Amino acid sequence: MAEMVKKATRESFGEAVTLAAESNSDIIVLDADLAAATKTSIFKKKYPERFIDCGIAESNMVGVSAGLATCGKIPFCATFAMFAAGRAFEQIRNSVAYPHLNVKIVGSHAGISVGEDGATHQCCEDIGLMRTVPNMVIINPADHYEMIEAVKAAAETKEPVYLRLGRLAVESFNDPDAGYKFELGKGITLHEGNDITVVATGLCVSEALKACKSLEAEGVNVRLINIHTIKPLDKDIIIKAAKETGKIITVEEHNVIGGLGDAVCSVLAENHPVPVRKIGVEDRFGYSGPAKELLEIFGLCESNIKKVIKEELNK
Amino acid sequence: MNSADKKSLKKLACQVRLGIIDAVYSAKSGHPGGSLSAADIYTYLYFKEMNIDPSNPKDENRDRFVLSKGHTCPGLYSALSLRGYFPREELTKLRKVDAMLQGHPDMKGTPGVDMSSGSLGQGISAACGMAMAGKLDSKSYRVYTLLGDGECEEGQVWEACMFAAHHNLDNLCVIVDCNGLQIDGPVEEVGGIEPLDKKLEAFGFEVVKINGHCFDEIEAAFDKARSTSGKPTAIIANTTKGRHVSYMENQVGWHGSAPNEEQYNIAIKELNDMLAKIEEDE
Repeated sequence: MAEMVKKATRESFGEAVTLAAESNSDIIVLDADLAAATKTSIFKKKYPERFIDCGIAESNMVGVSAGLATCGKIPFCATFAMFAAGRAFEQIRNSVAYPHLNVKIVGSHAGISVGEDGATHQCCEDIGLMRTVPNMVIINPADHYEMIEAVKAAAETKEPVYLRLGRLAVESFNDPDAGYKFELGKGITLHEGNDITVVATGLCVSEALKACKSLEAEGVNVRLINIHTIKPLDKDIIIKAAKETGKIITVEEHNVIGGLGDAVCSVLAENHPVPVRKIGVEDRFGYSGPAKELLEIFGLCESNIKKVIKEELNK
Repeated sequence: MNSADKKSLKKLACQVRLGIIDAVYSAKSGHPGGSLSAADIYTYLYFKEMNIDPSNPKDENRDRFVLSKGHTCPGLYSALSLRGYFPREELTKLRKVDAMLQGHPDMKGTPGVDMSSGSLGQGISAACGMAMAGKLDSKSYRVYTLLGDGECEEGQVWEACMFAAHHNLDNLCVIVDCNGLQIDGPVEEVGGIEPLDKKLEAFGFEVVKINGHCFDEIEAAFDKARSTSGKPTAIIANTTKGRHVSYMENQVGWHGSAPNEEQYNIAIKELNDMLAKIEEDE
């Protein structure tokens, strides 16, 4: 059994990209004066000659990454999600995705779990923004082990990738020694059940898993699907769940507009319409506070997920 | 530069301009003004300056060119076709459905185009990335990028300039085509970028100011850039928008519109006359 680790996915990213760079000399890491926060500092320490600090200039950093990629490099270009998907949106669209360049955009400190820094830094729009860009792959790993595999997969694929990282430490639940397997574009059924399905991503997966386990003791059998790759979305696993369980709940640390919930809804609307309830940030801005407290206030926690499951089952 | 070389470049520049007019006339849209102002620079880059091989456009050791002012791609396309990257017939399919030549440069579809561009301010950053890759791999290729003067109003241009100087990218040469006009009017009325030379110097560039239509000065500027070490070079090329098509010269209106049939015939005649005159001047 793999060791349970409690670690923020940003930390796991820093370790993973450093590990991936050992066997792949094309990997270059760029940051915009946030290396200590995005944890690219781990890479910088080991490979200073392959680390480029671009200063506080995210738009240029994305363009520089694009230029590096045209010369065969594999740039991992990291900053906060807000300044990557947000500020540099158009650079990602026109300089990376349109020319289909092998650039990995790393958006750290995503969602409201940024905590005390407050609304200006709590990016809950990045998945929506990146979903609308052709050619972009979007990966939102849920724990340490998933991040390690996600970085390997991102380095291997030639596609442009948006990789979402969180600031808050999360307990690992995936176990690479017990059959955990990461496949780009494939959802993972974490908990079996036929009463209802919960589709979760990122930080919310572990909370959803706790909810499913707790409800099992109460005789409720919830299926839980972990969607680490939001685009391309594993349509089959979602359609199958809709057919077999009849109701879907989505959970994400993102605006309910544009994120995983909407992606699931559009798959189901076209293929097998069933009722969907979206748990997420209800089209509003966050505010300052400890991350854990904010997640509870915004309903991105075990207790609220349990409550919503029960409400949907009683409808 | 000897007179034979100069005459050859002048003829080629005329042909590049003829290609621009053909392309924009066929497309019934596009940007002739800034294509014509940069035609002598395109010509010099593709026929004299750059280490390139049209039969091997992806050669990893080639010099790179990024057209940061992407809307003036009729000039780039015309130079590329003349240099042998693709047949001239492609020029008359510009901007049409299923054409190889898009309204703004597309590196995926056009041989010789090193970077997709068109959203102003972005090309120079990609050029910095290419120059950085050259430094990381200890390669000797050089990277050229052409900007418009109006484009210098974009903040990203200055982010890129800071980056280029900070990382000592002496393999990077930035050319600013200063034709003085942008869509809404004269650059100095709309955005106000002057003093551009002092700004670029303050940002850490070696700066050379030239007449962008004089091949002796163009040559001297690129020679200066190649011999400059430890910092990037910026060539401020003063040009005339619409150069060598009489009714387009210095006219804001020809930034982004195509000639009608009558205007097309006048432009072609003027350029052909000019070509004949260069032939005669021994």
